[in-house]
Amino acid sequence: MTDRAPEPVFTQPWHAQVFALTVHLNESGLFSWPDWTARFSDTLARHGHARELDGGDDYFNAWLETLERFLAELGRAAPEDVERLRAAWEEAYLTTPHGAPVRLRE
Amino acid sequence: MPHDDHDHPHALLPPDPALRVRALETILTRKGLIDPAALDEIIDTYQNRIGPRNGALVVARAWSDSDFKARLLEDATPVVADLGFFGRQGEHIVAVENTPQVHNMVVCTLCSCYPWPLLGIPPAWYKSDAYRARAVREPRKVLAEFGVTLPEGTAIRVWDSTAEVRYLVIPMRPEGTEGMSVEELADLVTRDSMVGTGLPRAPA
Repeated sequence: MTDRAPEPVFTQPWHAQVFALTVHLNESGLFSWPDWTARFSDTLARHGHARELDGGDDYFNAWLETLERFLAELGRAAPEDVERLRAAWEEAYLTTPHGAPVRLRE
Repeated sequence: MPHDDHDHPHALLPPDPALRVRALETILTRKGLIDPAALDEIIDTYQNRIGPRNGALVVARAWSDSDFKARLLEDATPVVADLGFFGRQGEHIVAVENTPQVHNMVVCTLCSCYPWPLLGIPPAWYKSDAYRARAVREPRKVLAEFGVTLPEGTAIRVWDSTAEVRYLVIPMRPEGTEGMSVEELADLVTRDSMVGTGLPRAPA
């Protein structure tokens, strides 16, 4: 827990992506930052009841869950659409030859 | 499955949350709600251009210029904005100064509010339940785990960040730094010293 060795800002690419997505949606006016943090705090508290959160993957899993729920509530991304596209991306990864760019079929 | 890239018949499948983020991006892009180029710009900014060096320059300037420090302590938001460091979420920055009597320490008990423009993205420990819960309850013990032992007579003040207010600790200027330039002083200012979980480096 010292700052002698530099640590990466984001340890996983998707941490950076979900962070940027949220900052971008806030800046484009979809929601205010205090609204975001209130919801995010609730998710962290809820997850923290079950076990101690480590501040890494745990933290960004809570972040993603908050964003998914918020976008569903705002009517911007319905859970069934998210699941359909998640499956479509999975399919795309599994059927794209290694080294080729992964693209959605639909 | 091990990451045996040579034998992979297909592209490496990212973890489930990464696919869910991709799904959100696809939906929102198709609805015209996001601009993928803007996402790349945000990632690049936080990964490469914003970090604790910004805060270190503010601290070093405060150490070198008492007028600047007075303005910073009175209302840091416009002072750091003049230097080009402003909160994208419109938050206020409050600077708190360490003295021989008081050591300041920053936490966000509810989530992980942090002075992004000055320090970048918080480290994992700042976001952990352990730090968030214990910083307020037993700050002296937490500091000891960071290797910081304060004199008995120094009080510890813990500041709880919010979405609207973020704190920057101005640590005490180390001894033996007379005559050093702002740039040289900034090299002594660590990220942790600006969160209050560390002290500045001693001059070489």
